[in-house]
Amino acid sequence: MADLSIVFAGIKAPNPFWLASAPPTDKAYNVVRAFEAGWGGVVWKTLGEDPAAVNVSSRYSAHFGANREVMGINNIELITDRSLEINLREITQVKKDWPDRALIVSLMVPCVEESWKHILPLVEATGADGIELNFGCPHGMPERGMGAAVGQVPEYVEQVTRWCKTYCSLPVIVKLTPNITDIRVAARAAHRGGADAVSLINTINSITSVDLDRMVALPMVGTQSTHGGYCGSAVKPIALNMVAEIARDPQTQGLPICGIGGIGSWRDAAEFLALGSGAVQVCTAAMLHGFRIVEDMKDGLSRWMDSQGYASVQDFAGRAVGNTTDWKYLDINYQVIARIDQQACIGCGRCHIACEDTSHQAVASLKQADGSHKYQVIDDECVGCNLCQITCPVQDCIEMVAVDNGKPFLDWNHDPRNPYHVAG
Amino acid sequence: MINSLNHLPHPLEDGATLAGHFSDLAPPLTARQAEVEASRCLYCYDAPCVNACPSEIDIPSFIRNIHQDNVQGAAQKILSANILGGSCARVCPTEILCQHACVRNNAEECAPVLIGLLQRYAIDNAHFREHPFQRAAATGKRIAVVGAGPAGLSCAHRSAMHGHEVVIFEAREKAGGLNEYGIAKYKLVDDFAQHELDFLLQIGGIEIRHGHKLGDNLSLSDLHQQFDAVFLGLGLAASKQLGLPHEDAPGLLAATDYIRELRQSDDLSQLPLAEHCIVLGAGNTAIDMAVQMARLGARDVNLVYRRGLEEMGATDHEQDIAKANQVRLMTWAQPEEVLLDAKGQVRGMRFARTRLDEGRLVNTGETFELAADAIFKAIGQSFDEHALSDPLACQLQRQGGRIQVDEQMRTSIPGVYAGGDCTSLDQDLTVQAVQHGKLAAHAMHAQLMLNVEAA
Repeated sequence: MADLSIVFAGIKAPNPFWLASAPPTDKAYNVVRAFEAGWGGVVWKTLGEDPAAVNVSSRYSAHFGANREVMGINNIELITDRSLEINLREITQVKKDWPDRALIVSLMVPCVEESWKHILPLVEATGADGIELNFGCPHGMPERGMGAAVGQVPEYVEQVTRWCKTYCSLPVIVKLTPNITDIRVAARAAHRGGADAVSLINTINSITSVDLDRMVALPMVGTQSTHGGYCGSAVKPIALNMVAEIARDPQTQGLPICGIGGIGSWRDAAEFLALGSGAVQVCTAAMLHGFRIVEDMKDGLSRWMDSQGYASVQDFAGRAVGNTTDWKYLDINYQVIARIDQQACIGCGRCHIACEDTSHQAVASLKQADGSHKYQVIDDECVGCNLCQITCPVQDCIEMVAVDNGKPFLDWNHDPRNPYHVAG
Repeated sequence: MINSLNHLPHPLEDGATLAGHFSDLAPPLTARQAEVEASRCLYCYDAPCVNACPSEIDIPSFIRNIHQDNVQGAAQKILSANILGGSCARVCPTEILCQHACVRNNAEECAPVLIGLLQRYAIDNAHFREHPFQRAAATGKRIAVVGAGPAGLSCAHRSAMHGHEVVIFEAREKAGGLNEYGIAKYKLVDDFAQHELDFLLQIGGIEIRHGHKLGDNLSLSDLHQQFDAVFLGLGLAASKQLGLPHEDAPGLLAATDYIRELRQSDDLSQLPLAEHCIVLGAGNTAIDMAVQMARLGARDVNLVYRRGLEEMGATDHEQDIAKANQVRLMTWAQPEEVLLDAKGQVRGMRFARTRLDEGRLVNTGETFELAADAIFKAIGQSFDEHALSDPLACQLQRQGGRIQVDEQMRTSIPGVYAGGDCTSLDQDLTVQAVQHGKLAAHAMHAQLMLNVEAA
């Protein structure tokens, strides 16, 4: 069996599956249950200065799929609402009882040096393996100058990171907010401040829906609402891109990345690892299904690694980074064409209408004598966009087949059709 | 007509218990079930289900409306194509129509979207405050519809929408045709046919005159003279005969006669019950008859068909219902003699075993007898010739015994249209009859308005 153990920014863990700083890691009871279930590490829910935060009711709302499957959750919960003393005591005990697991403490205090200088030694004294700086919380805390209010200003990110490196000997992971225009700017700032790693993404500003009877957005607090932070499988594509952006940025080369955002299966995790993460954090999937999911994630990942011949996570971590590039470096001569497997086709017509109405009129609908329709790709019109394959409800019915057009590799930088192309 | 069973005993169970055996065969979906089921629809384009629906209901669209919490929109979409969408949702053999064609009924899944139940959900839960269709400006044209069955009602409603005045002539006390008199009780419960009729008549401009029967107190010649157009939705009023001696003996009658009585009965315990009975036939009516007799408490019910299971008109789904109700399906046997007791009452039937010989059905020479105190014929319905006996009606061209119509439901006599089971066109299904009525109304309207413009 493959070895799932990792060393991330100097922190050892038996597997790369960590629980993110969130309600599931709010107190010893939950964290112990998580460790019993097999999680490799946890990031303890964000500690702050006393007095502890106070939360409202209600707190969550969801974006649902066609059959009430949860695509994403939006929350307006703040950092821990328990006292610093209780949290520190519990952290100390849990770390003592579970020495082989990674235990990271998430922190958020005001953006003044004194505050950090005060709390860091207290955290270090717990025996925790590292700290994570919550620069991402997008709701409530930014109104008080913390969370995303720090993460959105590169100078603050750099400054606070430096304070942490100054007043604490533990590895410092800077958690980034996606509510910015270019994630690399914040990552570079953390890097300059001496961060040992970055973790991303924190939640995305969101409103999931509106109660049209009461005319209040969700989640409702009485007759009002406020925007929250969005997480769950719906944010995975956004998170994957941001992880890749940092992974392939020369300015942050080698900076460890902990991937977060919509991870719910071993495959999701493998994808984050392939795009440059050294570990992953999970929250929403656990909140929807309980801690038991880690068992399937570990089993699935290790079986897949075995099937691929990867002995350890390091063997494949970052392998997809090199194949992720800028548009201008893509081969403009590469061509694929859709192929419909007529045996597998169930005749729903979705490929046809999608292409006909919104794309390239490349899927013909041929009416048959019995009133049914046969769908056929018109090769000359097909641009290989993948839309028909995406809309097809049958797995593997539509295949995108590479066409050997005899043309050599050519990127836009060298394409004569580009007025600014590089000659030769 | 059911007098021929007067010598038989009554069911042992009381009326209330028996009524419980005739409750909804396919109970309605709950809101959550409808949501889950609606989410399974792939919203096909040029959808095979629509192609398979004789009344051309835009199925993907109404299901999408259900899923988007627009049940009224869904119902209106259904009703705009099929004003009897509520009863069709209940009685349609969806397993050979929309659900057979559903793309999720492919070999990998074998699980079509439950279109019939979703259609019922939409209609049952729409709760329109007022009739959802408006009449066009009055045209001053009058249309006679003969027969208040699905074809006639559909034609009447659509004609009323077009702005015409409609008079329906119906022989029986109630309108609804087979929905009222001919469908198994557990398929159409809670007096649904009459509720649907009330809804349909809300459009206005439709008058129903009961007790008028073509060939008796009504003639096509008169209607043709008095109205601007005539639609014949006569159905198939006559039951086919076995052609055997003693066909009138007590204990032997047409299944449709018994079903009609059963459907109209307020107290099922007062019906005559055959402890041992035989149902002859292979269609859905034969199944309905056999199953209802079983549910009333018959000790054994044998459904006998002269050919094999594959050739049965009853769908697999219907056959399954029969088996679930302990009905014995006997094939390759044809009636040879009605056996009578000393009182001249049915005591059983002798059958000849059959087989196929180069495609032809022949007797093997072997016979057997089945004891029965009642035999129900469900070997098909035929056209009641008496209805078309007046001089004009005699001129109607016929095909295979039924009225010949073209695709616009026009008969050979200008101004006379026909639809439903009495015509030679398409399958004998409620949904088909509704479509015929609708098409006839469109064709009549086009013709009548053409004449208006010309004048």
